Amino acid sequence: MPSCRRSAAAELSIAVRLAETAFDPAAELAAFAEAHRAAGGIASFIGQVRAGDDVEALELIGYAPLTLPGIEALAASACARWTLAGLLIVHRVGMLAPGEPIVLVAAAARHRREAFAAADFTMDHLKSDAWLWKREKRAGVWRWVEPRSEDRADLARWG
Amino acid sequence: MARLVWLGKLADLAGAAETDLDGTLDWDGLLARLPAPLAAEVASDRVRVALNGVVLADKAQLRASAGDEVAFLPPVSGG
Repeated sequence: MPSCRRSAAAELSIAVRLAETAFDPAAELAAFAEAHRAAGGIASFIGQVRAGDDVEALELIGYAPLTLPGIEALAASACARWTLAGLLIVHRVGMLAPGEPIVLVAAAARHRREAFAAADFTMDHLKSDAWLWKREKRAGVWRWVEPRSEDRADLARWG
Repeated sequence: MARLVWLGKLADLAGAAETDLDGTLDWDGLLARLPAPLAAEVASDRVRVALNGVVLADKAQLRASAGDEVAFLPPVSGG
């Protein structure tokens, strides 16, 4: 597990997990909030497979030697940049159905701005930097999703 | 025998998620042994290469032999 700058008041915890089956963001967030009752605020983001689009299924594929270590390094860099009490990243791999959660990021901090910024930074890097490949099934046909220029632009915001 | 691992759309081009190749491979030798469309994609600047879990700064310096795992990493599309 990556090390992290500790805020003076509390133990810092980083939890990073690749989930091979569906997870419950509400339950994850409740446990995270319980573990960080001393934090003044928690900012979170949930990404999910769009429903009502014509996407029938989505598959996320990682490469074990790189994917989890890379996301752990990302978590460590978020923690080095802001003073956090905790950071949680849960990312799905495998086959997903419309409406299912893909990713949960939650950052707990003494002050809200650090929590918002750390969650935002982490999501932008997960979109463009994590070793994950995504394909979508539309009208029975699988297609690999190409990186979007907007995602590269979002990443550039962080210098 | 070195194991080649194809990620993302490269697996479609290779027709498999993994390919085993005999002998010692350098970059040019590897490209010569791949089907032309796959070799062209692998040679493009968009594709990075990892040897035994470490991403190479310069894939042209690749040297792989028996027991090595070489992964081919096209642009990611996560989140």
